[in-house]
Amino acid sequence: MIDKNIFLRIINNLSDSIIENKELLNELDRPIGDSDHGSNMVRGFTEVKKKLENVKESDFSTILKTIAMALISTVGGASGPLYGTSFLKASGAVVGKEELDEKDIIAVYEAVIDGIKYRGKSDKGQKTMLDAIIPAYEAFKACVENGGDLKKASDEAQKAAAEGVEYTKTIIAIKGRASFLGERSIGHADPGATSSYIILKSIASVLNE
Amino acid sequence: MKKMINNSEGIVDEMLKGIVMAHPEYLKRVKGFNVLIRENSPVKGKVALVSGGGSGHEPSHGGYVGKGMLDGAVAGEVFTSPTPDQVFEAIKAVDGGNGVLLVIKNYSGDVMNFEMADEMADMEGIKVEKVIVNDDVAVENSTYTTGRRGVAGTVFVHKIAGAAAEEGRDLEEVKRIAQKVIDHTRTMGMSLGPCIVPDAGKPSFELEEDEIEMGLGIHGEPGTHRTKISSADEVTNYMIDKILEDMPVKPNEEVAVMVNGLGGTPLMELYIVNRKLNELLNEKEVKVAKTFVGNYMTSIEMPGFSITVLKLDEELKRLLNAVADTPAFKQL
Repeated sequence: MIDKNIFLRIINNLSDSIIENKELLNELDRPIGDSDHGSNMVRGFTEVKKKLENVKESDFSTILKTIAMALISTVGGASGPLYGTSFLKASGAVVGKEELDEKDIIAVYEAVIDGIKYRGKSDKGQKTMLDAIIPAYEAFKACVENGGDLKKASDEAQKAAAEGVEYTKTIIAIKGRASFLGERSIGHADPGATSSYIILKSIASVLNE
Repeated sequence: MKKMINNSEGIVDEMLKGIVMAHPEYLKRVKGFNVLIRENSPVKGKVALVSGGGSGHEPSHGGYVGKGMLDGAVAGEVFTSPTPDQVFEAIKAVDGGNGVLLVIKNYSGDVMNFEMADEMADMEGIKVEKVIVNDDVAVENSTYTTGRRGVAGTVFVHKIAGAAAEEGRDLEEVKRIAQKVIDHTRTMGMSLGPCIVPDAGKPSFELEEDEIEMGLGIHGEPGTHRTKISSADEVTNYMIDKILEDMPVKPNEEVAVMVNGLGGTPLMELYIVNRKLNELLNEKEVKVAKTFVGNYMTSIEMPGFSITVLKLDEELKRLLNAVADTPAFKQL
């Protein structure tokens, strides 16, 4: 079960993970984008940490909505709407919940994936964050269906996301600025898939503490 | 990195303050937002035009706020699309009751952020339409991918749709005309070297002393391919061929052309390119009705240029020649 205390630790930990990886994300964005994915994400998650202070006492849904609005109004680029929409959809998926179990997390994954597909008009195999998130979702769900608990499932999810990032190196970008490079986008990991992996990994690490 | 800045966080805010101080007779800033609007906004009874995008393309887009062009320009961080709340603020500030046309360059980020702003405006009952500029022939076009980038041709959309709005056309008409400009505009770019995004602090790519990057956009992103440097005439010839392959122009048809500097190429070189461009079009018996040479849509300090061709008909030609008075584009 994810209770309020764990939930807040997850949010703090994933914000810190993004902030720590600013240079890595900028560097990944350099050959196939414009070297600012890390800077943009850090601007967003620095704001998230600030806003989090005011809503700590609120319910899950309100906290996630606050995070969404902080990201939407500070990140910009493609990541702002995509991560903002993700947290907004996650907020909608946990209305009224005081604890989150495996089934709730599956519902969150599904809402997030639908949100990203709608906003980005994208799907997996296009060298985007979905190439980390969709495999993570599939691994999480499969693990839970086989009797795995939250810890095990979230660990399987982050492993699948890591493989997803590796997979993005092998394919041509179809969406986003990297798509303008065509064949030249092959060989580079997608920065958005990488930031999604960083988030999923930090969630798993809190749950496995 | 050597830049005349104070700190990278302050760039957009300090630049906007400087623009307003330079051109108070044309524009003002929406308090608390990175939005520039006409000094007399909202203009009652006129369709309003809002554009914007990442900073680093100056004078795009703030420089085109004024009579006959834009009503509002939204500035994002350097090379980063502005956020929906900023675009929404611009829409509210310029709407004179007849609706707002958003002129968006075709980048995933710009499209998504402007779409979210459109959804917000919709909830407030403001009529909003949008057009997406995708004039860059360097990128393969496909409905399956993000498609082509919006680059310097966007300035023609501002000019012509802006003139249509100024004439009092309604939102549907202004949108139709803006789309017609997009359908008739093609651009091809090249660079001689990278630019440095201040927050990244490193060049966007590296080129050997004798290499050029062909087909790149306006964000320091690499182009379609690298090639050995050749003469201005040869490069111009290659680029205009690419444009005309994509959009054939018949003898006696009329065009407007733009030779746009990316920020680090002197006017001297742009004029040399323009000379060859006009000669080549003359050889093909294409009539060049109007020529623009200068830094219209830049990529910070990047050396390089783009060529834009706009195929004209009577309607587009008349609107292109209409009066415009903005800080960066004047036609009296």
